[in-house]
Amino acid sequence: MLTRYRWPLYILLLIIWVVLYSSLVGFADFMVSMLPVEPTSHFGEALAFFFYDAPKVLLLLSAVVFMMGVINTWFTPERTRALLSGRSLGLANILAASLGVVTPFCSCSAVPLFIGFVQAGVPLGVTFSFLIAAPMVNEIALTLLFGLFGWKIALLYLGLGLGVAIFGGLLLGRLNLEKYLEQWVQDIPKKRPEFKSEKISFSQRLTAGSVAVIDVVGRVWIYILIGIGVGAFIHGYVPENFMASFMGKDAWWSVPLAVIIGIPMYSSAAGIIPVVQALLAKGAALGTALAFMMSVVALSLPEMIILRKVLTLRLISIFVSIVASGILLVGFIFNLVL
Amino acid sequence: MLKIKVLGGGCSNCKATYKLIEDVALEKGAEIELEKVQEIQDIMAYDVMSTPGVVIGETVVHRGGVPSRRQVEEWFTDF
Repeated sequence: MLTRYRWPLYILLLIIWVVLYSSLVGFADFMVSMLPVEPTSHFGEALAFFFYDAPKVLLLLSAVVFMMGVINTWFTPERTRALLSGRSLGLANILAASLGVVTPFCSCSAVPLFIGFVQAGVPLGVTFSFLIAAPMVNEIALTLLFGLFGWKIALLYLGLGLGVAIFGGLLLGRLNLEKYLEQWVQDIPKKRPEFKSEKISFSQRLTAGSVAVIDVVGRVWIYILIGIGVGAFIHGYVPENFMASFMGKDAWWSVPLAVIIGIPMYSSAAGIIPVVQALLAKGAALGTALAFMMSVVALSLPEMIILRKVLTLRLISIFVSIVASGILLVGFIFNLVL
Repeated sequence: MLKIKVLGGGCSNCKATYKLIEDVALEKGAEIELEKVQEIQDIMAYDVMSTPGVVIGETVVHRGGVPSRRQVEEWFTDF
């Protein structure tokens, strides 16, 4: 009964959201005018940038995370596994990469998820497609790209991220690497997954959305603010075209360098994308910037250490090399085409 | 006496779940035996793919995230 009375609350929140979102420019101008700084000075520009982008991105993120939280309730890891079990390489990689986008995933669950997939007879290459896409193409990255770069770049990232996940997984599958799984993983008896969908009401799905907002936005807001803060500083102080010499199109070596620097770096998309946006504005090439971003988000040292429990060092190296090569290719193609 | 296991490899959500169950049990005066299951092989025996998971008796009652306080309270009234 209680849930019926929540409808007005959701509608009220939606109205507040729309009002806030449509008054972003006014808010930024107001904040800067309240402070004792010259609006046209470096510091004033940096502040204006910060006061516009920070609330905009946080508002967008809240809305998208809410929707994803609701969508996630249809795509539990158990259902995803049942969908992928017993399929062979090929179309299943496309399915796995796409499911990686909508299935809730946290790198701390990477190991149980990996074992769960292996147990259910999901081919290794298909599992990898999922494991590449899940952290790389997520709603946080896509929202930030949409908010700071526009929908074209967000779509591009979505397509290329899925591409790397699909082809990386296909290639990894073709290499027959099962023998490089840790021995105890190879010994796990296969069994058909049982999946019965749990009955869940629509208001419970909405509640799941709200919980996701509190959880995700509560966790990443500080990184977004720091990221946008650093970005604002770069916007205001770093000279125009400063990045062009070493992150520009002509510096071909900057793409591999960006990927290599990005691998050990561990940042959620939330913190890194605002910085990348500022670099881009100062003359960095889009391909180089995208490659850097993908590398930071998709490949991280902590996740590799977690996966070491189930994969031998050799398999981890092959996995990292293939994903890194895919990202590299994306960076080069972009810099060539654009 | 309820036998409760929290499945998860020591992530912050797992610790929060453990603490929440401990707190609610204390509050309700429920007698429980709480155990952390951290070894991946033992976790997989319950076929839980998203941690933290919660097992009461031998049944998985929750998986994938910190349960809500209300949910935990229900476990102690149901049994």
